[in-house]
Amino acid sequence: MSSLQQTLTLAWRSLLQLRRNPWELMDFSIQPILFLLLFLYVFGGAVAGSTAAYLDFILPGVIVMNLVFVTVYVGHGLNTDLTRGVFDRFRALPIARWSPLAGRILADMVKQAWCVLLLLVVGFLLGFRLGAPVSGVLVMLALLLVFAFAMSWIMVLVGVVARDPEHVQLFGFTALFPVTFLSNVFVPLDTLPPFIRAVVAANPVSLLAEASRGLLSGGPVLEPALWSLVWAGTITVVFAPLSLWALNRRLARS
Amino acid sequence: MDDAIRAEGLVKQFGATRALDGIDLSVPRGTVFGLLGPNGAGKTTAVRILATLLAPDAGQAWVDGFDVVTEAATVRSRIGLTGQYASVDEKLTGRENLILIARLLGFSRRDARARAGELLAEFGLEDAAHRPVQTYSGGMRRRLDLAASLVGQPRILFLDEPTTGLDPRARLDLWNLIRQLVAQGTTVLLTTQYLEEADSLADEIVVIDQGRVIASGTSDQLKARIGGQTLVLAPEQESDLATALSIVTEIVGREPEVDGARLQVPASDPALVPAVVRRLDESGIVARELTLRGASLDDVFLTLTGRHASVETPADDAEVAP
Ligand SMILES: Nc1ncnc2c1ncn2[C@@H]1O[C@H](COP(=O)(O)OP(=O)(O)O)[C@@H](O)[C@H]1O
Ligand SMILES: [Mg+2]
Repeated sequence: MSSLQQTLTLAWRSLLQLRRNPWELMDFSIQPILFLLLFLYVFGGAVAGSTAAYLDFILPGVIVMNLVFVTVYVGHGLNTDLTRGVFDRFRALPIARWSPLAGRILADMVKQAWCVLLLLVVGFLLGFRLGAPVSGVLVMLALLLVFAFAMSWIMVLVGVVARDPEHVQLFGFTALFPVTFLSNVFVPLDTLPPFIRAVVAANPVSLLAEASRGLLSGGPVLEPALWSLVWAGTITVVFAPLSLWALNRRLARS
Repeated sequence: MDDAIRAEGLVKQFGATRALDGIDLSVPRGTVFGLLGPNGAGKTTAVRILATLLAPDAGQAWVDGFDVVTEAATVRSRIGLTGQYASVDEKLTGRENLILIARLLGFSRRDARARAGELLAEFGLEDAAHRPVQTYSGGMRRRLDLAASLVGQPRILFLDEPTTGLDPRARLDLWNLIRQLVAQGTTVLLTTQYLEEADSLADEIVVIDQGRVIASGTSDQLKARIGGQTLVLAPEQESDLATALSIVTEIVGREPEVDGARLQVPASDPALVPAVVRRLDESGIVARELTLRGASLDDVFLTLTGRHASVETPADDAEVAP
């Protein structure tokens, strides 16, 4: 079996876990839908004048927010494998050293794609219509997955460092809440007080949301998309080596 | 290189703790080798080094003739490992766990299913095969874990405290499974805190303490050094302790060790017990406890090192059924 097949098999295993664990599936399927509905109907009138107008704005925002939260599962799953000894079982098998980690990240990409498509379908049912070419959806998906991949490396680090899976979740969500809320996901940039505007504008979550809005409904795409990619590249360059170093260190000391 | 497993001068340091302090081992093919030692002796560290999960700080080891550091990938294709704590995926079913390992080992989808089915039957897990491992008892988990390390039919098997935390029934079941494997020619290295376990399974035993080998030999050789059995006596009235002590000393010909309200002394002759009973009776001493028990790891320890072993009781272990 090639190392690619090993990775696919291990990704299959991560996805199989979902079938046995409906709560996790609910977590990242129902929760973003609830978020979407809540924000849409609670803030829609106040922020955009009508829910219909707000839907165009909030749908890409919720997609990006959820994307960021779902990356926590990479760390959670990795930590579970590390603390429960499953990772050791894989390491004692004659398979490629990197395939367990690659399998986990690949499975996460599948989950991410599922969430994006699910939210698009729900948005469509709520009355959302594309204002840009359909190809924009694919470009958005690719852009989002590239960013999710970069974020995965941060979560690998969290998963390696944390004592147990509960701490991964606690730490992950606590750190990600300010990052997602200090963005233009819920309200347009120009409604914010000037002193945080710079921070919000530079936040990759804002940049991704803006690029996604452009790709779905029309508007600026190139600049926010490029900046998102710069972020993704930077995060990967910094965190991939750091996470692998931390992982090897943990394995060498246990 | 004829040995299935061979280690020379293994050293491993964790911060201030010297987990292994120069361990030599040699395990002939087709035999069961028992690594016996109290909690913290270095058993798990030794197994993890031999199974390529951990690199030694010094020393060398070979499994099936291959160096565990420089030829780790080859070693991995020859071994099965059942760690101290069951390392199966809790969220998958028993069958899925085995199919996963088989697929990773290169079995086709069909062969993987067949091999999983075989092992589930062999380990008495057929009825639970479709249930997530979360719902398994401690004994079932251990059996699945063992099955998972046998998917590729390894010639050399590492079992780290395979029965710690199991009830006596499950322990006997597992012993029988291990005996069957050995009968098929598998070389087994098992670690344990129980002399009784090493005694009943292993051809050759090495006792380790604080990362060093302190004794080795067959089970009979070890027991001969300890004197076999121990007489334990606890008088009902603590005030009788002194009298009981002099009676036991006189009959056994050796002063017992006082452990709280209990006396313990190595005693190889079973005929001593009735003699002790008679003398206690004459002196009007009622015994709360009077037994002759087989030697334990603690006795081995006391004899070899002059101190007690800190052996975990099964109930203290994390690995109990939910
Ligand atoms: N990852 C680790 N970090 C620090 N100390 C460790 C680590 N693993 C084991 N030790 C220490 O090394 C010694 C041997 O441990 P171990 O091999 O687990 O013993 P055993 O399996 O015989 O109980 C113990 O003192 C233990 O505390
Ligand atoms: Mg151990």
